Amino acid sequence: MKGNIVKIGAPKEVEAGENRVAMTPDSATQLQKLGYDCVIETGAGAAAGFADADYEAAGVAVVKTAAALWKAADIIAKVRQPNATELKRLSDDKTLISFFNPAGNEAGMEAAKAKGANVIAMEMVPRISRAQKMDALSSMANIAGYRAVIEAGNNYGRFFTGQITAAGKVPPAKVLVVGAGVAGLAAIGTSTSLGAITYAFDVRPEVAEQVESMGAEFVYLDFEEAAQDGAASGGYASVSSPEFREAQLAKFRELAPEMDIVITTALIPNREAPELWTEDMVAAMKPGSVIVDLAAEKGGNCKLTVADEKIVTENGVTIIGYTDFPSRMASQASTLYSTNIRHMLTDLTPEKDGQINHDMEDDVIRGATVTYQGEITFPPPPPKIQAIAARPQAAKPRELTVEEKRAGEVAAFRTQTRNQVGMLGVGTALILLVGAVAPASFMSHFIVFVLAVFVGFQVIWGVAHSLHTPLMAVTNAISGIIILGALLQIGTGQWLVVTLATVSVLIASINIVGGFLVTRRMLAMFQKS
Amino acid sequence: MSIGLVSAAYISAAILFILSLGGLSGQESAKRAVWYGIVGMGLAVLATVFGPGIANWFLILVSVAVGSLIGVYVAGRVQMTEMPQLVAALHSFVGLAAVFIGFNAELVMNMIVNLNAEGNTEALEALTGFAGTVAEKTSVELAILKVEVFLGVFIGAVTFTGSIVAFGKLAGKVTSKAEKLPGGHMLNAGAAALSLILLIVYMSTGGGWALVAMSLLAFFIGYHLIMGIGGADMPVVVSMLNSYSGWAAAAIGFSLGNDLLIVTGALVGSSGAILSYIMCKAMNRSFVSVILGGFGNTTGPAQEIDGEQIAIDADGVATALNEADSIIIIPGYGMAVAQAQQSVSELTRKLRAQGKTVRFAIHPVAGRLPGHMNVLLAEAKVPYDIVMEMDEINADFPSTDVAIVIGSNDIVNPAAQEDPNSPIAGMPVLECWKAKQVFVSKRGQGTGYSGIENPLFYKENTRMFYGDAKASLDSLLPKID
Repeated sequence: MKGNIVKIGAPKEVEAGENRVAMTPDSATQLQKLGYDCVIETGAGAAAGFADADYEAAGVAVVKTAAALWKAADIIAKVRQPNATELKRLSDDKTLISFFNPAGNEAGMEAAKAKGANVIAMEMVPRISRAQKMDALSSMANIAGYRAVIEAGNNYGRFFTGQITAAGKVPPAKVLVVGAGVAGLAAIGTSTSLGAITYAFDVRPEVAEQVESMGAEFVYLDFEEAAQDGAASGGYASVSSPEFREAQLAKFRELAPEMDIVITTALIPNREAPELWTEDMVAAMKPGSVIVDLAAEKGGNCKLTVADEKIVTENGVTIIGYTDFPSRMASQASTLYSTNIRHMLTDLTPEKDGQINHDMEDDVIRGATVTYQGEITFPPPPPKIQAIAARPQAAKPRELTVEEKRAGEVAAFRTQTRNQVGMLGVGTALILLVGAVAPASFMSHFIVFVLAVFVGFQVIWGVAHSLHTPLMAVTNAISGIIILGALLQIGTGQWLVVTLATVSVLIASINIVGGFLVTRRMLAMFQKS
Repeated sequence: MSIGLVSAAYISAAILFILSLGGLSGQESAKRAVWYGIVGMGLAVLATVFGPGIANWFLILVSVAVGSLIGVYVAGRVQMTEMPQLVAALHSFVGLAAVFIGFNAELVMNMIVNLNAEGNTEALEALTGFAGTVAEKTSVELAILKVEVFLGVFIGAVTFTGSIVAFGKLAGKVTSKAEKLPGGHMLNAGAAALSLILLIVYMSTGGGWALVAMSLLAFFIGYHLIMGIGGADMPVVVSMLNSYSGWAAAAIGFSLGNDLLIVTGALVGSSGAILSYIMCKAMNRSFVSVILGGFGNTTGPAQEIDGEQIAIDADGVATALNEADSIIIIPGYGMAVAQAQQSVSELTRKLRAQGKTVRFAIHPVAGRLPGHMNVLLAEAKVPYDIVMEMDEINADFPSTDVAIVIGSNDIVNPAAQEDPNSPIAGMPVLECWKAKQVFVSKRGQGTGYSGIENPLFYKENTRMFYGDAKASLDSLLPKID
């Protein structure tokens, strides 16, 4: 470390056409609060709309050359993957924070390792909730999705929104977004808010809800397969089966003639982009339609796409293959990216004392670090926390075939029969048991009793829920039948018997009359609308 | 009337009773069904009175007349919200009558034994009616008669005190909390065991005192059993007592050898039993656990509830209602207590006049009597075709703009689904929290009848509309336009 105060520096991007910068005056102010000094190469923010004077006003030292900046700074924040010249400027006391493309940049990692520098690759920030604030891929994808719609609109000769004007009716544009990741969702949001009818497709059916919440219609496939659960692969899409692909392409072929604008965003981590929009689909589209291929850098979802270029096919379809959408919105992109960098540094500076604490136990820092103290630490071990709580495959109720249904019904019928026969058997045995000891006079009454219980069971099941109170009132009134017992006894000679019987008749009468009248009152109230 | 005619009348009466119960399957046929019941009862009483062996016409006339007058008076005066306690009170009458009739049978048996002992064959042969049939019984038949009498008195006595306690609880005259004497269920079990011993004593010695002692024990069991059951379980209790009163009548029918009593008692008994079963199922509780009282068997601490109850005033509710297209109202016992059914009906009428879809969701155990809410809403002239059962409407909540909960608590408690430790875990509930907005009209912040916290009140889309349900709704009505 040089001196006590650690310096964070942002060089001017050397890549042609790159307008972004890794530090803005705002982020510099925040970084200084963490105890760091900030330096910037002169003109680094110019293309993104941040003048040197703005940086100076924010307390950032402006240095004249790239070499001077790399020398002065202890922590270098960059946007694009560093080139060979830049890597040579690293040393064992420097930390580089940048996009690094570690999977495709073996040489870069070797160079950084040789120099002994620590490198944090921004695209390696794990996708966990805590790390969202430094997820530069998402913030850049968001911009790309937005910009893709704007570029498409720029090249599309009609309105997005449907209008009925004095000069005639304008149909709304139809937009298909393939891949509902961050970029796709941003594109959907932009497209729907411009008024287009928006459709979206993704191989992960669980994002249908997100798509619909953004106001687009999710395109479902008629395809039966254990749909892949994106949550299991860290929130990213993975490769799908050939059958699934066929079903998907068939659906796209069906949609192609109707669509005015197609935005493809399908990327699979560390692979070439899958071909989703074939040449025959392009041929089927109307002249004037626009395709924006956000996967152009990885070969494109459409094979006709030429990276970094806009082409027009023979049938008049414009295909945009720009790979620098975030750079085309440099001011916005720089603001978001520098904020991601700032959050990364906040995590690297837990004490807020201007001293970097490269904690290799921390999931996020460990995951993003690709070289550390002369070692290559890529690829990282899987994070301790699951990216997204992996959802156990819910057993979906399968559509039963006719035979299975019939078999189910037969089985249900059998068990029912068995239950009924069983109950009847037990019942009969019990009655036989009673019959064995009881005299005939009792049995005749007993038959009546059992039958009445049976009828009661059968009848009551059918009574509507809403009529349960009247049912109670009626049964209550009917249970006043006990009056018969009292009536039969009232003629017996003894005074005590007569008295008790009389009281019984009286209270049973209350029961009967009160019960029936109340029921009638209740039922009279039920009426249809 | 001859025995044949009486029997014919009994058969018609029995069929009419069956039709009467079966007819309650629909609102329209139910109106006819009551008449079947009335005619059946009339036939039965007339046939008995004019049948053989009936004397003391004057007493019969007077007591029936007085009883009927009281019945008319009570039925005319009772508020629909007081329906549960009325039904409970009426059950107690049946129970008491069964006890008396059982005692009478014992007295008659004693009389005949005495006459036999005196060798007074003249008097024996002069016996008519019930006493006459008893006199002709063989010793085995007499033994059976004793068991029947004993059973009838036992069930009747339990029904009597049980119904009185249920009445007290429903009318608010007795605390609605589950209260048990020290010893709890052991006391009941002990009393029941003692009764069984008394039965043996009664059978062997024929001592009337055993019957009386057993009655006292049964009175105690009825009292203690129902005291131990919480107010929220009263719907099950009332229908259970209904069932008991039926079984008591059937037992008496056996002892008197009267088939119509047996048939009707069995009908009432089985219907009450099924009703209790249906209700227990609706609460996802076993019949035994209801009868044994109180909510029990929690396996752990209840889930912590985050958030707070957010209150709202009538203006806020009115605005939401004016903007809503579909509304579901969930009434509970609180609506009955506040007598708010007319206001609810008025609110419904106004909202429907604006072309909004207004429906009612009725939980099977809402209120204190099965179907209680339906009766109240019907009284307030809410058309019954917009009053839905839980199963019919539960799936519709997610597409509903506003759900209004009026004085119900446990039946809309999401803890039943979300918290496996909740005492009501697994009980089917109305999923009103899935509606876009929920308003809960409630008197205060208390936990209500069963004392279970309700996470619904803390949900983000729930607003509490505190105050007496009727007053709240009345303040709301002018604001709906």
